[in-house]
Amino acid sequence: MDTKKTNIVDVLINNGIVILILVMVLIVGITKENFFSMSNFSNISINVACRFIIAIGVSGCLITKGTDLSAGRSVGLAACLAGTLLQRADYSGRFELTSNFPELNVWLILLVCVAFCCIFGLINGVVVAYLSVPAFIGTLGMQMIIYGINLVYTKSVPLGGYRTDYTVIANGKLFGLFPYLFIIAIVIGAIMWFIYNYTRHGKYMYAIGGNEAAAEVAGVNVKKTKIIIYVSAAALYAIAGFLLGAKSGGAGVNTGNGYELEAIAACTIGGVSVNGGIGRVSGVVIGVLVFELLKTCLQFLGIDPNYQYIAQGIVIVVAIALDIRKYIAKK
Amino acid sequence: MAEYRLEMRGVSKSFPGVKALDKINLNVRPGTVHALMGENGAGKSTLMKCLFGIYHMDEGEVYLDGERVDIHNPDDALQKGMAMVHQELQPIPERTVAENMYAGRYPTKKFGPIQVVDHKKMFEETAKWLDDVKMPYNPKAKLGTMSIAQMQSVEIAKAVSLQARVVILDEPTSSLTDNEVEALFRIIRDLKSRGVSLVYISHKMAEIREICDDITIMRDGTYVGSWNMNDITDEEIVKQMVGRELTNIYPPKNDAAVGEVLLEVKGYSSIHERSFQDCSFKLHRGEILGFGGLVGAQRTELMEAIFGMRHINKGEIYIKGKRLNIRRPQDAIRGGIGMITEDRRGTGILGCLSIADNVSISSLDQYLEMGVKLDKGKIEQLVQDNVAKLSIKTPDSKTLIQSLSGGNQQKVLISRWLANNPDILIMDEPTRGIDVGAKYEIYQIMIELAQQGKGIIMISSEMPELIGVSNRILVMCNGHITGEVQGEEATQERIMSYATQF
Repeated sequence: MDTKKTNIVDVLINNGIVILILVMVLIVGITKENFFSMSNFSNISINVACRFIIAIGVSGCLITKGTDLSAGRSVGLAACLAGTLLQRADYSGRFELTSNFPELNVWLILLVCVAFCCIFGLINGVVVAYLSVPAFIGTLGMQMIIYGINLVYTKSVPLGGYRTDYTVIANGKLFGLFPYLFIIAIVIGAIMWFIYNYTRHGKYMYAIGGNEAAAEVAGVNVKKTKIIIYVSAAALYAIAGFLLGAKSGGAGVNTGNGYELEAIAACTIGGVSVNGGIGRVSGVVIGVLVFELLKTCLQFLGIDPNYQYIAQGIVIVVAIALDIRKYIAKK
Repeated sequence: MAEYRLEMRGVSKSFPGVKALDKINLNVRPGTVHALMGENGAGKSTLMKCLFGIYHMDEGEVYLDGERVDIHNPDDALQKGMAMVHQELQPIPERTVAENMYAGRYPTKKFGPIQVVDHKKMFEETAKWLDDVKMPYNPKAKLGTMSIAQMQSVEIAKAVSLQARVVILDEPTSSLTDNEVEALFRIIRDLKSRGVSLVYISHKMAEIREICDDITIMRDGTYVGSWNMNDITDEEIVKQMVGRELTNIYPPKNDAAVGEVLLEVKGYSSIHERSFQDCSFKLHRGEILGFGGLVGAQRTELMEAIFGMRHINKGEIYIKGKRLNIRRPQDAIRGGIGMITEDRRGTGILGCLSIADNVSISSLDQYLEMGVKLDKGKIEQLVQDNVAKLSIKTPDSKTLIQSLSGGNQQKVLISRWLANNPDILIMDEPTRGIDVGAKYEIYQIMIELAQQGKGIIMISSEMPELIGVSNRILVMCNGHITGEVQGEEATQERIMSYATQF
């Protein structure tokens, strides 16, 4: 009887943030008219989609006790790259460098973005796995490098005037109901879920996070696995950046700035342990959703955006404190 | 003046389930060097930890110069005149010699209203003390740039500067060269002549003979006796150290004739001069090859190098006569070697993963469908088979391995390698931290595997286990293989005499 009681308390505390947000959603939904509406849900799902793709990329790095601070800037670079290649031919403010390019297939451009970002992911992976540079530092450097490359490439010119076959990816809806972006995110989520749970790579990733030295002894190719993780993360950032550009109909050098931290926060809220070895795709979904719902609720409540940052910050710290608490309690 | 400088009377200490020390006495005369000897796990370190207040003794008294003292922590011991030079020094390598010597008790001076460290005084004092032990190092040198021997002298100088009456040296020569040992002995003799008493913990007979006046022998946490070094022979010391009956019961050994050579190691030498050097041996099919020796004999290091976890300078490995270049564990695994490491938590289990993941991690290639998807059904079958075969006690295959007992964790790790079906299995201290019942089961598994035609290497520091399970025993000392004993001829005395050769 006694143990059962403490279990309930534990469950409440361990999921404190999620419960808090759900309560908040209920309150906001009941008090504000448009919250529980199709358009708001569709809006949230589009916002969540991009964030989720970034977060699922970062989650692999976190699970192996690493991190990837270059995520946000990679997103920005991909968005700008796509933007410069997918402007309307008749747009007056066309990007100089690519203004004479023929009209290329949208999906080809996506591949270009992915390939380009993967180069940086590969470098991240090599730096972390082979040179043993702490991921925090290695990817911090990469963050600056990518930002610099983006500045050099775009000369800080804001991009816009996209082709409709590009923007429709973000604005269109399947059966007029499900936003394409939402569907893309679900497909990516399903693929990642499969990789995490049903492939060697996934098992190796959790093994490395659980105990890198032991994984090595067990015959796991630690270096190769880490490189795959950083490269695939970069590919996901590229996809997210490409979609983000389509969604906003424009991009600039500061697109994606700081998204890596939101992604890390969302992962942590979703139960990806900062101590490695633990983290599920479903958790990342919840983490991103919680974070996005928090933002939306605060907007609906009409809270000053400046205060919203404070609230988000508090949520991150509390979430990590609760995560660590689970870890300590187990000792 | 009291007869003894340091007197420990009837010291007992229990840990849950184990009596680590049972009424130990240690009497050290002033101005002498007192050897403390015993096998691995005899309780020498525990006794010293009790003396320094790191452990709280259950029973017993400590007298310094006839005066009863209570020691609460190492700092307290230092204040009362007892210092210890540890087996593994814990210096601050990035700081200077002087700062290391005066850490925690820096001389200070007034600088206006605030207290600041008096560097000038600190360096002068340090130079003086180093001079005193005739070790004129630069007090401003970074400690990290000095050799282990030099760091040790700094520790000793620190003890002298604190006017220590008793200095404990715990395996001080384990990583010193001959010349450095000579220099250390010079310091020890110098301290002796000033009336300082030293306790010298070591496994090396020759050194004990050379430097010690008295000896106390411990065995399995009990006090065997004390002698004047002149009254006891080397053979007698070895006999007193191991003199116990084989109490554990072992399954009958595999009597099948040993087969072809599975593994041949030729001239394996570590990149570190003081680690294993020039080790060569052969392992046959159907054989359990024991590796004996004292802690620090570099057995683990040798095996980890064979498995690709450590770097070597030279040496070759042949598997069934074929040369194999092993640079990382994957190479060894592909060559048909499995490894259960000594440090189960550190390099064995994947703590936060399930039993199923822990069992299958090394053999995932075998469970792929269409080259990509893992067949969970097959993996579950594998785990269930192993759970049944090795009688692993667990609720289900999804249980986290960290929630199992040590014995069951070990069985899961054995299953991991069985799934891979290696020809050679290296087991480093396979029964460490495992209760008696599970130990027996693990021996049975080992013998069964040998019967199936695998070759097993077992490192063990428990002499009875080594003798009870191995078909053949190689003994290492100081990084060299110093002797080979056939299973039926193995006695603790023979092994110990090889293990203390240097």
